[in-house]
Amino acid sequence: MKVALFVTCLVDLMRPRIGFAAIELLEAAGCEVVVPPSQTCCGQPAWNSGDRAAAAKLAKKVIAEFEAYEAIVAPSGSCADHIRSEYPVILADEPEWQARAVALGSRVYELTDFLVNVAKLENVPGSFTGRITYHDSCTGLRSLGIKAQPRALLAKLPGVELQEMNGAEECCGFGGTFSVKFGEISAAIAERKCANACATGAAAIVGGDLGCLLNIEGKLRRMGDESTQVLHIAEVLTAK
Amino acid sequence: MESRAHRFKQNAVDSLANPVLQASMKKAKGKFVDKRAIAIKEIDDFEATREAAKRIRNQVIENLDLWLEKFEQTATARGAKVLWAKDGAEICRLVVEIGKQHGVKKAVKSKSMLSEEAGLNLALAAAGIQPVETDLGEYILQINDNEPPSHIIAPVVHKSLDEVADLFHKTHHTPRKTDIPQLTREAREVLREHFLTAEMGISGGNFLIAETGSVALVTNEGNGRMVTTLPRVHVVVTGIEKVIPTLEDLATLMRLLPRSATGQSISNYVSVLTGTKAEGESDGPEHLYFILVDNGRAEVVGSEFQDMLRCIRCGACMNHCPVYQTIGGQAYGWVYPGPMGSVLTPLYTGLENALDLPHAATLCNQCGVVCPVKIPLPELLRKLREKQVERHLRPWFERLAFRLWAWVASRPALYGLGTRFAVRYLEWLADGKGSISRLGLAPEWTQGRNFPAPEGKTFRELYAQRGRNG
Repeated sequence: MKVALFVTCLVDLMRPRIGFAAIELLEAAGCEVVVPPSQTCCGQPAWNSGDRAAAAKLAKKVIAEFEAYEAIVAPSGSCADHIRSEYPVILADEPEWQARAVALGSRVYELTDFLVNVAKLENVPGSFTGRITYHDSCTGLRSLGIKAQPRALLAKLPGVELQEMNGAEECCGFGGTFSVKFGEISAAIAERKCANACATGAAAIVGGDLGCLLNIEGKLRRMGDESTQVLHIAEVLTAK
Repeated sequence: MESRAHRFKQNAVDSLANPVLQASMKKAKGKFVDKRAIAIKEIDDFEATREAAKRIRNQVIENLDLWLEKFEQTATARGAKVLWAKDGAEICRLVVEIGKQHGVKKAVKSKSMLSEEAGLNLALAAAGIQPVETDLGEYILQINDNEPPSHIIAPVVHKSLDEVADLFHKTHHTPRKTDIPQLTREAREVLREHFLTAEMGISGGNFLIAETGSVALVTNEGNGRMVTTLPRVHVVVTGIEKVIPTLEDLATLMRLLPRSATGQSISNYVSVLTGTKAEGESDGPEHLYFILVDNGRAEVVGSEFQDMLRCIRCGACMNHCPVYQTIGGQAYGWVYPGPMGSVLTPLYTGLENALDLPHAATLCNQCGVVCPVKIPLPELLRKLREKQVERHLRPWFERLAFRLWAWVASRPALYGLGTRFAVRYLEWLADGKGSISRLGLAPEWTQGRNFPAPEGKTFRELYAQRGRNG
């Protein structure tokens, strides 16, 4: 199966290794991976800030870049859902574009969801020994129903002990632009998430959305915790 | 109530710095969230009931004028007078007029958010009518210099036992007590006298039932029944959207309301009050008035925000909201806090007066998941943001930032160059430590946390290199 990777702008800028890990996992699942070179951002920040024109512009760009592929995979529930659920809303006034958005949306997947439910990945290449805890990012969880998929993949790693935290499904306080508009509220919510995560005694907090992970890591480091790792699930599954 | 929603950010910072509020909010969270989770499991068709409730509420709101007419007819036939108020000032004028007409010196009140919208207590006092809040929480707020509520069903959820003990000691001139049953008894003793001497009772209404002309009240303290049955005049103040067709519909909604609100299967008291006291009856008011209030609601009918009118005021959205849990309700600055308030306040008081509220949510959608009548709260918040942009109400630098980002992101080569520089700059800021403690471009981020540093090169750079290396 030919799969196009939507890298996401945060991965591009902040953690390229997650992008390479995603490629490795998709290849391990028997997919041929293509990375369309002109891709940039899905436009979610603009849409959530109420800028429909900017969001529509980027939506059209993404549609044109990716609609030729059989499947499109993003290492982020929030970006995948934005393309899948919001593009048809953003382009509601342009029926032709909307139809293309709907057609593309039905082939867009979050990485772990794709690996488990479509590509049916058998063996994961990574290795991790020790206790981890998993943070369920809001959009992936509530909009795409991603809960069992990452856990099923982690269960394939020998030596990993998954210890669920209290409030694993609670928001970490990132919220995209929320984190820079209301920094103090956002950081206070993150503090609760970090406390719950650390109470599990886990060596690593793992998640599927880089935004949340940067938020959690930033709070941990500010709290003086230099040792707890904060990792994207693709990194854990490939030992990147 | 005068809105302080324009000060949201400062209010929130104050809340974060208030240790009593922080401790109280932490306690409240477990109570509301955990109890609801258990209570909704008691009914196996919870999702189907939500869908039915949504249908009932939509049915009314789509033909609101017809259902209100029907209600007016049936209520009038049972001896009530139905009055209409356009705004808060009109509520005040009507209640004061009714009070004067019946020679009222004192009015006892059961919790009514509409009277908060109107600032009714101040108007009554100015007209020489003493208002007495009888809901324990509202009473505590009233004796604390008319402090605004922080939750629509638990108005003093932000306060500690110690604060209440001090307040009672100061107000009632009694020995200071910290035992909850004793404090409650003290409040009862004070309030009993007021119930027996008030000439007028003012209540809100959870639902208005069109087929019978009744008002349904859902309470836990029993004060609602005293307020509505003891005084000779009863005034119900509700929003026009509160009408539902039948008693059967009430039964459906009542399966959801207490479970969503407090995690109770049913509240201690559910009163359905119909008409004035009939001949030979021992209790009930001689005069019953319904004041049905618009105050911004009519404009929402038929708009893209119409879904919001389904709200049954359970408070589940705020109980589950990470932002509300962190800052409490008063920070939102008007009558309704949390996600529902962040939609209602701009709609009712003007988009330009509550610029921050539609943004005061992480869009985690926990509110949408728990809403018993399926209001898509995150979607409504996003639409409000869009309205703000359309009306040029957002700060220029914010609008510019998104425009600029979209402009750059539509030009891959420029984007590639820009991100390359950005990543190098961030790395330089991190000074090799992997973590940035002060970020000039997004100072809000680093107020309470670090910003993790990037890895040195962007994915597109590394991928291109990999391509060259084969």
